[in-house]
Amino acid sequence: MISTLSPQKPVLISDAPLVALLLKNRVCAGFPSPAEDLGAQRIDLTQLLVTHPQATYFLRASGQSMIEAGIFDGDILVVDRAIKPRHGHIVIAILDGDFTVKQLHQRQGRIKLKAANPTFAEIVPKDGQTIEIWGVVTATIKQLLS
Amino acid sequence: MYALVDCNNFYASCERVFRPSLRGIPVVVLSNNDGACVARSDEAKNLGIKMGEPWFKVRHLAESHGLVALSANFALYGDISDRVMSLAAGLGVKTEIYSIDECFVTVDGIPGDLVARAHKIRARILQWVGIPCGIGIGPTKTLAKLANHVAKSAERKPGSYPVHLAQVCDLSGLTPPELESVMAATEINEVWGIGRQLTKQLNESGITTVLELVRLDPAMVRARWSVILERTVRELQGTSCIAFDDAPSPKQEIACTRSFGHPVTELRELNEAVTEFASRGAVKLRKQGSQAGQVMVFIRTSPFRKDTQYSRCITVPLRRPSADTAAIVGAALSGLRAIYKPGFKYAKAGVMLLDLQSDTVQQTELDFEEDAGPDRGRLMASLDELNHRYGRGTVLMASAGLAGDRRVWSMKQERRTPGYTTCWAEIPVARA
Repeated sequence: MISTLSPQKPVLISDAPLVALLLKNRVCAGFPSPAEDLGAQRIDLTQLLVTHPQATYFLRASGQSMIEAGIFDGDILVVDRAIKPRHGHIVIAILDGDFTVKQLHQRQGRIKLKAANPTFAEIVPKDGQTIEIWGVVTATIKQLLS
Repeated sequence: MYALVDCNNFYASCERVFRPSLRGIPVVVLSNNDGACVARSDEAKNLGIKMGEPWFKVRHLAESHGLVALSANFALYGDISDRVMSLAAGLGVKTEIYSIDECFVTVDGIPGDLVARAHKIRARILQWVGIPCGIGIGPTKTLAKLANHVAKSAERKPGSYPVHLAQVCDLSGLTPPELESVMAATEINEVWGIGRQLTKQLNESGITTVLELVRLDPAMVRARWSVILERTVRELQGTSCIAFDDAPSPKQEIACTRSFGHPVTELRELNEAVTEFASRGAVKLRKQGSQAGQVMVFIRTSPFRKDTQYSRCITVPLRRPSADTAAIVGAALSGLRAIYKPGFKYAKAGVMLLDLQSDTVQQTELDFEEDAGPDRGRLMASLDELNHRYGRGTVLMASAGLAGDRRVWSMKQERRTPGYTTCWAEIPVARA
């Protein structure tokens, strides 16, 4: 069984969550249950998709500019704000007060946002203009039936 | 040592996480039928909008200054609060959530530079969740509160305090002259627990700054004012008097009151509203493991309208203390029937559960009357479980009516933002 220490316990803020393994060392009499050592929990999608629960938000993509990155109109984006945006990340950027999803290009101190669809132009900030990155897209969820 | 983590303009900040276009624009959040401002962005504060100001009085600023008003979206604020609190807990050992946007953390025995650590946590809350906050640190809760005020003011109004105290302020790290000048620059109404009345009384005695207050003799303060002010003075002097509250004690009363979206005249509609309020109260009651001895019901017209006014309240004692929805709704409805008069435009109704006691202590009595009936605890537990699993209002008392949000008395919330983090159909959209 895995148990995470409660958030009230002091943990160095540079450290990842502490995980302690509780070993079962009980001595039992009688016929042992074949399931005794498994002690597993059913797999949970959020375990796979969400690394930083406090920093994770879901957004919905709207439009065609990212189809070559596998992001289609209506897909759900898993966005993690705890990750430092780097070159090549798919990011949520703030553009004219709205959210946009694009690929971040960061070379020689210059930043631009690229679409993953040749029919869309890339977004290059003008002099003195800054692009704000709101979060990094870590996964997409594509529902085939809903 | 205590740290107080307090979010800046919390409701407005929550809205701005998902509406970046609201940054730099005056924003107010309205509550209670879009009636009054319950949160203001800095820009809105700078326009002179006061806390609790009725919306109709500041509505003109929307045209002239681009003021944006939003209905309170408590589902969103609750989720964001939860995220903030769990990150704030990383600051120290124990946390006490004081309100939706602030919590105390005990920071005794934390190694290293506490101020640097607090700055890191603050930056993390801003980066991860998107909410700016201030952190105040001090040897007592009152000093931590004061430190928080300093941290926020130093950031919002440059020049009010030394600039290095902005965002995070540790009063215990200041030299005595520094601490004195901070206290001399702070008016007493900023002190936790000193309200308008007390401020006036103290001012009349010539005490206007925190420095003057902290220099008073506690014994004299107790003799001349009260034990409560004495406690505040001692706390300011560094003696901890307000305990850390690990498990908040169960509420002594539970209230569910609401203003209606539209005037209500019919008893049938009031019945629905009162049933709903009483049911919600009963759920809260069971959650904290209490039973109510009395049920209070009130109805009233709007004092803001020029109609004939009517306001009545009645308290119905229960035969036996109970947490049973049917018993509480029954008492509330019989109370309502007793006070209802036709011909008025009712604007507000409410149910209060009083005389609460623990459900583990039950008084038994000689059985002179009809049987108490079978134990309905399991029925109530099932009711709560169904409503928890399938959503509030899945199973309800028939007298609550079935029209849901289309009920005549439902709240008016015309400017509510989507449930960005609580409803799949309402998550924010990113343009691709």
